[in-house]
Amino acid sequence: MNSIVQINPTRITGKQSTGKQYWRSLNEVAETPEFQQWAQRAFPDGVADGVTVDGASRRSLLKLMAASFGLAGLTACRRPVENILPFSRASEGYIHGKPMHYATVAAFNGSATGLIVECNDGRPTKIEGNPKHPYSLGSTNAFLQASVLGLYDPDRTRQVMRRGGRSNWDEFAAFARGYFTADRLGDGAAFRIISEKVASPSLELVKADLLKKFPAAQWIEYESVNLDAVREGAAMASGQDVEPHFLFDKADVVFSLDCDFLGLDSSSILPVKQYSRRRKVEKPGDDLNRLYSAEANYSITGSMADHRLRVKVGDIGALALALAKELNVSGAELKVVGGASDKSNKFVAALAKDLAAHKGKSIVIAGPRQSAAVHALVFAINAALGNIGQTIVFTKSPRERANSLEQLKQLATDLSAGRVKTVVVLGGNPAYSLPADVGFAEALKKVAVTVALTEDENESWAASEWRLPQSHFLESWGDARALDGTASIQQPMIEPLYGGKSVLEVAAILAGREPASGYEIVRATCASQGSPAEREKIWNLALYDGVIGGSKVATAAVSVDAKKVYTAVSGRVQPAPAGLEAAFYASPGPYDGRYANNAWMQEAPHPLTKVVWDNVALISKKTAAALALVDGDLVKLSKDGRSIETPVQIQPGHADDSISLFLGYGRAACGRVGQGVGHRVEALRTTTSFFSASGVELKKTGETYEIVTTQEHHRMEGRPIVREASVEEYKKEPGLIKEMAESPNGLTMFPYVDYSKGYQWGMAIDLNACVGCNACLVACQSENNIPVVGKDQVQRGREMHWIRLDRYYTGSDEEAQVVTQPMGCQQCENAPCESVCPVAATNHSPEGLNDMAYNRCVGTRYCLNNCPYKVRRFNFLAWNKDVPEVRKLAFNPDVSVRMRGVMEKCTYCVQRIEEHKIAANADGRRTLHDGEIQSACQQVCPAEAIVFGNINDPESRVAKLKQQPRNYEVLGELNIRPRTTYLGRLRNPNPELEKENA
Amino acid sequence: MSAIFPKGFDTRLRLAAGTVLIVAGALLGVVLYLAHPQQVDTGYMPVQPVAYSHKLHAGNLGLDCTYCHYTVDKSRFAAVPPTEVCMNCHARVREKSPKLQLVRESYATGNPIPWVKVHRLPDYVYFNHQAHVTAGVSCVHCHGRVDQMAEVRQLQPMSMAFCLDCHRNPAPNIRPAEYVTSLGWKPEGDPAELGRQLIAAKHINPPQNCSACHR
Repeated sequence: MNSIVQINPTRITGKQSTGKQYWRSLNEVAETPEFQQWAQRAFPDGVADGVTVDGASRRSLLKLMAASFGLAGLTACRRPVENILPFSRASEGYIHGKPMHYATVAAFNGSATGLIVECNDGRPTKIEGNPKHPYSLGSTNAFLQASVLGLYDPDRTRQVMRRGGRSNWDEFAAFARGYFTADRLGDGAAFRIISEKVASPSLELVKADLLKKFPAAQWIEYESVNLDAVREGAAMASGQDVEPHFLFDKADVVFSLDCDFLGLDSSSILPVKQYSRRRKVEKPGDDLNRLYSAEANYSITGSMADHRLRVKVGDIGALALALAKELNVSGAELKVVGGASDKSNKFVAALAKDLAAHKGKSIVIAGPRQSAAVHALVFAINAALGNIGQTIVFTKSPRERANSLEQLKQLATDLSAGRVKTVVVLGGNPAYSLPADVGFAEALKKVAVTVALTEDENESWAASEWRLPQSHFLESWGDARALDGTASIQQPMIEPLYGGKSVLEVAAILAGREPASGYEIVRATCASQGSPAEREKIWNLALYDGVIGGSKVATAAVSVDAKKVYTAVSGRVQPAPAGLEAAFYASPGPYDGRYANNAWMQEAPHPLTKVVWDNVALISKKTAAALALVDGDLVKLSKDGRSIETPVQIQPGHADDSISLFLGYGRAACGRVGQGVGHRVEALRTTTSFFSASGVELKKTGETYEIVTTQEHHRMEGRPIVREASVEEYKKEPGLIKEMAESPNGLTMFPYVDYSKGYQWGMAIDLNACVGCNACLVACQSENNIPVVGKDQVQRGREMHWIRLDRYYTGSDEEAQVVTQPMGCQQCENAPCESVCPVAATNHSPEGLNDMAYNRCVGTRYCLNNCPYKVRRFNFLAWNKDVPEVRKLAFNPDVSVRMRGVMEKCTYCVQRIEEHKIAANADGRRTLHDGEIQSACQQVCPAEAIVFGNINDPESRVAKLKQQPRNYEVLGELNIRPRTTYLGRLRNPNPELEKENA
Repeated sequence: MSAIFPKGFDTRLRLAAGTVLIVAGALLGVVLYLAHPQQVDTGYMPVQPVAYSHKLHAGNLGLDCTYCHYTVDKSRFAAVPPTEVCMNCHARVREKSPKLQLVRESYATGNPIPWVKVHRLPDYVYFNHQAHVTAGVSCVHCHGRVDQMAEVRQLQPMSMAFCLDCHRNPAPNIRPAEYVTSLGWKPEGDPAELGRQLIAAKHINPPQNCSACHR
């Protein structure tokens, strides 16, 4: 590898003030031979040399090709007849070729995000955030982006079935009319309903109706990943049933106790929005917030933290107690538990000082894996810091919430005692996701009547007598309330593809409600507001805006009595017992299993590990050494007679003696994409060790498992690619980020092109705001018809994502820090890829875009080899050839679907640029204003880290960002003049702790 | 020992190779010529399911193009009209004509009339009617005098060279936007001169880069 650095014309000036070395994997640090092979070649052996697929050698392939060319020659001249099929009667306002946009809402784990959905010819193709919705503000996340693919999943349930035979909705309705009556079910004592968290006001009403009909029945709202403990803690601390809201944009100091609030421990994207606002810097000397994090697994939040402490999940409570004592918030009666280390003592001391200096402007937040007692303690700390009412506000919960874990324990006893005769599953997949000790899947076999309404043929579907197809949220009427109470109407974009019904509609059938159509129920709920004269207006406005005005819940005054809280929690907060613990996390891919059949989510690399199509058990290097484990070792984890098998991987910065397990994989009954992907860890989960389990035994099986990760792909040879500085350094020497590499001398062999006129597109990416959440990656995939390639092909380095998120570690492997960098085509003005194309398939546009003409490309891959950023992607195989017919509906009609053998890459969403330019020209040939065109990655970004625009307009946001001293070009020293530039990451370390580290 | 290769073999070999090359080259030339859109596509005149005459409607009766193709200035597509547009008149005019049987059926049943596409571009070409029509490029430049065609046929090759010819030198084909659908319109004086004035006034700048049409 050294030889490469030597022959490289790039000189690193060594002016990196922090002197930091960046690395992507432990292999890279160790310089293993496998890694060197990866580094020196774009693709591993054999992959780029011959198109050897399924044993077909190059020669036989040529033979095949010759034959098919011969046949093609005979038919090529005849022109196929194509028909134009206009409507018989057009719908009002419909213009063929112009997409329609509708507002709707997506409920997700008890929360809701407002959406604007783009529909082309009546088929939803792209999801965007609704700027008017308080929990979207125009952005979305990877899951919501991918849900459009879920709509067109060919493996969705299509047919009403009874005992494996075909049935239909009429038969089910007839059955329901006869069965769900007081005559048959009495007061419903033997009747259980399990659904996902209900965020829909209409469904709440129907639920109330149903429970009135069957007063003894139980409706359990269960989520495999839930925030019940936070609410319970809030109730413990305040004595009221309230919903806490953390206002990160108002906090100068934030301390996260095992809470990935920027990632998966939040059911909305609002925290990222708020937090990143406080990471934006206009000029040197601007203030930043400061983030401390204590966690076991390396989360997105941990990767953004200025200081991070590695703590076992079980020790978080003790840490909170130590902090409470250090802050001395309630006198001296506090007893600190657990043997804190020297390091954690210093951390807590410095943190407490910092928090105390920012009273009323700080937030301490604990994660869902912590008990209600820890949450109550944390609220007490916040109260002592004067944060309640300032940075943390509460709203009354719109309705009473039960603790689902307590309900599940009850369910387990009832099931084993045979007290349950009827089980209805309304959405979700409890047979897969319920804790193992409930024994739900087995018990279901003994229940007399079982009904499952599911979107896919999952475990719960397979175990039920009545199997009903559930409609997608883009297919059905509904409504949903966001966390602050803001209600929105869920408007369907398309008729149910497979004749499914929504949870709301099926619940209405069970409740015997007439009429039972989703539209009528939702309309009736909405009509309960306002005077009859205004109803029509309210309804139309709600559909147009995507929010129902005035539905927000007022904040509630809450006081926390610290003394009472301490008495309540004392004894309930304990240090972690010695030995291994296992903690359960939502996975960034399938979440809790619901996106398991979504190929976009499966192929999106895990933000930290970069593992695709798999979940791995993450452990620290020290733990691995103690147990003699290496990456890919298959291990058996067991506790209380339950065991799972999973491969392990060493995660830099992971807490010792802790194992991080990711939910949602290893689905036994799933569609073609998710079937058997990864390992199921839910089998280790019980109602008592739901979020983490202590005293887990780990045994090596002796087998190894192949883990595929993209972390070593597309690497860039130790050059100053990511750059960072501390706020202080930046203030003292604003030029230092720019000067980390030499400026180019300006000499070039490229012909001079005048880029001073007209639109000149450019992009600026703020590394200080980017959290590395994958939203841009999936949005790009949706916008640009990017194929998925599968685990095997990713292993060969053939992933197709146009934008990737490079994750760099720096520091020691124990205390590694993380920087994430989104990397797509940089649209170089002096583009190295263009000069080597033998067929002129890639050329420069006068607006500074590096155009790619797919139909011209012959696939020499010279451009890929010459690209210093490794952002060009080659269609090694015909990824789009056997795409199911229904999945084709998800394609963006404005972008070509690429065939085998052509190169592709980021285009800055040129289809959007052209669309807006044409529209502006038609509109009196006006000039486009700044922000009118948004690239897909920019539009989705919850952190607003990506800014695209015309760099020739000095007033544009992108031009202003590029004026900042911390703006730098990656590999700018090559004089290739990239149009995408980065704003260097700034850290805001606490000077006291910084001295410790030095 | 007699020579295996007689004298002059090299010359003959070279001649033969040369002949093969020339013949192959000529064949290739012929094939390329025949396969060119000019030969393959121009003149294409498929039989339509309804014998709709543009000559009658747009020529003799003087209907404006945009009466039926009403999205031409709003969208990529010029819109083949829904059946109800036909029925606007034919509910009362020639309402019993057997030629209009399919139109009436379509209107009654809701099934579309399967018109046959005449002008076809490859899928990787993103041609936009709106951009051209609003810039003042008349229908006639690509489609010809449709108002004189009883049956529509393709007049221009619609090849990339055809597009680029105009994008490189748009002046002769630009006219005031209000005359875009007047297919027989001729300006007083030199059309190119008028085009140049319009281009300067409206800042028309036809793109010639790949991504303008290929995405």
